[in-house]
Amino acid sequence: MTNVAKRTFDTLVIGAGGGGLRAALQLADAECHVAVVSKVFPTRSHTVAAQGGINAALGNVSPDNWHWHMYDTVKGSDYLGDQDAIEYMCRSAAQLVYELEHAGVPFSRLDNGKIYQRPFGGQSREFGKSQATRTCAAADRTGHALLHALYQQNLRAKTHFFDEFYAVDLLKDADGYVLGVLAFEIETGEPLVIEARTTLLATGGAARIFQSSTNALINTGDGLGMTLRAGIPLQDMEFFQFHPTGIAGVGNLMSEAARGEGGYLLNAAGERFMERYAPNARDLASRDVVSRAIITEIREGRGCGERRDHVLLKLDHLGADVIKQRLPGIRELAMRFAHIDPIERPVPVFPTAHYMMGGIPTDRHGRVVAPAMFGPEEAVPGLYAVGECACVSVHGANRLGGNSLLDILVFGRAAGNHILEYLRDNPYPRETPPDALEVPLQRLRRWERPGKGETVYRIREEMRSVMERHCGVFRSGDLMTEGIRKVEELHDRLQHAVIHDRSKVFNTARIEALELENMMEIALAAIISAQARQESRGAHSREDFPERDDDHWLKHSLYFMEGRRMDYKPVRLKPLTAETFAPKARSY
Amino acid sequence: MRFSIYRYNPETDAKPYMRDYQLDIDASGKMLLDAILLLKAQDETLSVRSSCREGVCGSDALNINGRNGLACITPLSDLKEPIELRPLPGVPVIRDLVVDLSQFYHQYRAIRPYLVNQDPEPEIERLQAPEQRAELDGLYECILCACCSTACPSFWWNPDKFLGPAALLQAYRFLADSRDQATNERLDYLEDPYRLFRCHTIMNCVDVCPKGLNPALAIGKIRSLLVKRTI
Ligand code: SF4
Ligand code: SF4
Ligand code: FES
Repeated sequence: MTNVAKRTFDTLVIGAGGGGLRAALQLADAECHVAVVSKVFPTRSHTVAAQGGINAALGNVSPDNWHWHMYDTVKGSDYLGDQDAIEYMCRSAAQLVYELEHAGVPFSRLDNGKIYQRPFGGQSREFGKSQATRTCAAADRTGHALLHALYQQNLRAKTHFFDEFYAVDLLKDADGYVLGVLAFEIETGEPLVIEARTTLLATGGAARIFQSSTNALINTGDGLGMTLRAGIPLQDMEFFQFHPTGIAGVGNLMSEAARGEGGYLLNAAGERFMERYAPNARDLASRDVVSRAIITEIREGRGCGERRDHVLLKLDHLGADVIKQRLPGIRELAMRFAHIDPIERPVPVFPTAHYMMGGIPTDRHGRVVAPAMFGPEEAVPGLYAVGECACVSVHGANRLGGNSLLDILVFGRAAGNHILEYLRDNPYPRETPPDALEVPLQRLRRWERPGKGETVYRIREEMRSVMERHCGVFRSGDLMTEGIRKVEELHDRLQHAVIHDRSKVFNTARIEALELENMMEIALAAIISAQARQESRGAHSREDFPERDDDHWLKHSLYFMEGRRMDYKPVRLKPLTAETFAPKARSY
Repeated sequence: MRFSIYRYNPETDAKPYMRDYQLDIDASGKMLLDAILLLKAQDETLSVRSSCREGVCGSDALNINGRNGLACITPLSDLKEPIELRPLPGVPVIRDLVVDLSQFYHQYRAIRPYLVNQDPEPEIERLQAPEQRAELDGLYECILCACCSTACPSFWWNPDKFLGPAALLQAYRFLADSRDQATNERLDYLEDPYRLFRCHTIMNCVDVCPKGLNPALAIGKIRSLLVKRTI
C-alpha cells in the first residue's frame, strides 16, 4: 500500500446528503464505527435545495393510504418501477416522516398541530379518482429542514465526518469484495485510504451533464463514475427528468409546490393549456407530461416573451399571504433570478434537467446488484447505494414530485439496517491487496501531466450543450446517433486535456477535472441507453417511436462502460403483498 | 468589468496579494458567482467554493467590496468597480477565497444543535400549533454561511470564547422549539461572561445576513430568557 495514509472504520458512507446521513444515523445509533466522506461540508449537499416536500399517506388533510400512493408511484413510473420496492417505500413512508418530525424537522403545521400536507403532481385518492393531499412540507424549504436535522442528529450520534474529502475510486479485491475507497483531502491534496467492511454510495445525481439544470454545481455523479470503473453497470440511464418549471434562462427551480398550492401555467394566448393535455389533473399531471406539453406549446408558436421561448407560471391569484407563508423560498428565487415578484406577476418557466431516475442498480435493501454467474441481480459484496445515485427502482421512467426525499429516507434506513446484518455476518475485515491502489492513484497522477492541451472547462461546456441538444425532452434516433459520436469525441479529447493548477492545496481545478471524467462516462451511458430504447416511456420520449411498447421494452436497461454495451433485465412486477398493478394506458 | 481579487497560495506565496482581472460580461441579470466562474475558466488557479448557485447551501460567502455576502445572489450590476473580492475576514485563509471555518463549526456543535426530548416517542408526530411553529421562522432557515460571525467584532477578538451570532441564533432555534425539553441545560451553558455576553449589539450580523435573519434579536431573546429565569 506504499505510503498512503490509511484509516479503518466498520462502515463507510460516501456522500452527506439526506440518503447518506439517514444511513449514517442508523449505523451510528447502532454503535457502529461509521465514517462519512463528503466533498462539501454536509449541509451544502444538494438535498438542501429540495423545496416542495415528502410524500407519505398520513391522511392529515384528507383520508389516504399507502396503497393509493403505491398506485400513483407505479403509474407515474410508467410501469417501469419495481413494484416490490415501491410497495416497501410507500408502506414505510408514514413512519419515516414521523421519525423525522421526532428528530426535529420544523414541519409546517395544520391548525390541529399535525404536519402540514399539500397536493402535488401525480398524487391521487382511490387509484386515480381525485387529487390527494399527501406531500408533507416545511414551507418550501423541506430539503433544507430535513438535511440540517439529519446532520444535527448525526452530530448527536457522533458520526465521524471527513468533510471536504474527494472520493476517487472504490478499492476491490480479487473476489470482488469492495473494501473501501481511495480519497484525498481537498485542503491538503493528501491521498487517504479509508478501509471499511461496507461502502455505501450516496453521491447524488448528475443532472449537471445538461447545460440547463436545476441542480447544484456539485451534482456531477461521482459515485456513478466510480461504479462504472469498478465494472458494475448503470441502470435505466436514459431516464432523466426535466422539471417543467425551471426559471427560463437560468434554470433555478420553481417547486411543484407552486402548482400544488394552486398556481398554473399559461401560454402566450393567456390560455391555461394543461387543460388540453391532462383534463383531470391539469397542472398537477406528472412532470414528464407537463414538460412535454410546455415544449409542444412553444414549438407550435404559443410560447411567451419576445422570443416565444417559455411559458408563464401564474401565482398572483393565490394572494400575498399564501405566497409568503407557503412559498417564501420560491418567491425569493423568483425575485432574485427573474426579477419578478410572483405576488404581482407570473414567472417565465421552461423545462429544465432536474433528476436522474436511473443509476446504480440496487435491491430494496440498498445492496448494489449486477449480473454475475447466476442471474442479473447478484449482490456485489460490501457495496451499497441509496438515493439519486441509486436505481432501486422506485421511480421507473418518471419520478413523482415528493418521492425523492422519501426515497432517500426509506432506502437510507433500509441500507443502514442491511449493513448492520452484513457486518454481523462478516466480522473480520479482508486484506486490501497491495495492487488495489494502483489504478486509482494513476487516475490522480494523470492530472499532474505538464504541457499543453485543452481546458477542462471548454470540454465540459461542449459536452453539456451536446447533451442538451441531442438528448433533451424530445429525442430521435438520428439526433442521438450524432450526439453519441460527439460525446465520444469529447471523451477522447478529455484524455488529452490538462490543468494548469499544480498546487496540492485546495486545488479546485483538479476536482473539476475528476468530476468531468465522471460526467463524461455518465453522458455516454445516458445517450447510448437512450438511443437503444426504441419506445417512449415516462421521461424518455422518442419522436420516432412515440408509443410505449410493453411487448419489447418493459424491461430495465443496463449500461456497461467496457465496450459501451447494453444489456437488459426484467421489471419486478410482483409487489411484496399487494396485487400487481398491470401496465395500462397512462392518462392524467 | 474590473475585479481585484485576493490571492494567496501557502505553497508558493510568501504573503497574500491582490490581483487584477478583466472580464467581458454583460452584467444585467448576472450574479457575481457567474462572473467568478468565468474568471476561473480563464485562470483555473483561482480557488473558491460554490455549490447550489442560488443562496441555499452557504458555500460561497465572501467579502465583496468590503461587505460579507453570498456571491451567487449578489447581482453583478449592483457592484462598484473594481469589484474587490476577499476571503471572509477574521478566519484563517486556506487559499485564495477559501477560508478555514473549523472554529465556526466548532461553535455550532458546542450549542448542541439538535432537538432534545426525553418523552417516549409517540406513534405519530408530536403536535405543534401553527403559532408555536411560527416561533421557528427566521431561525431554522440559517444556511451556516458564516457571513454574520465573520463580520462580528466580538467574534474576531474572542473566537475561542464567544459563540458568535450564527451559533447563538441556532441556540435560540432550539430554545424556541415547543418540542425541545433542554431549556435549562441550554441556558446553563449560555450563562457565561463570554459565550453569550460578549455580544455588544453592534448589529453587523443583522446587516450582512443574506437570508435576512436577525441573530441580534435572537441573542436578545436568550438574554431575556436568562433574566426571566433568575426571578
Ligand atoms: S450584534 Fe452581537 S453578535 Fe451581532 S455582530 Fe454585533 S456583537 Fe456580534
Ligand atoms: S445567520 Fe445568516 S449570515 Fe449567519 S450563518 Fe446563518 S444564514 Fe449565514
Ligand atoms: S453557492 Fe450555495 S449559497 Fe451560493
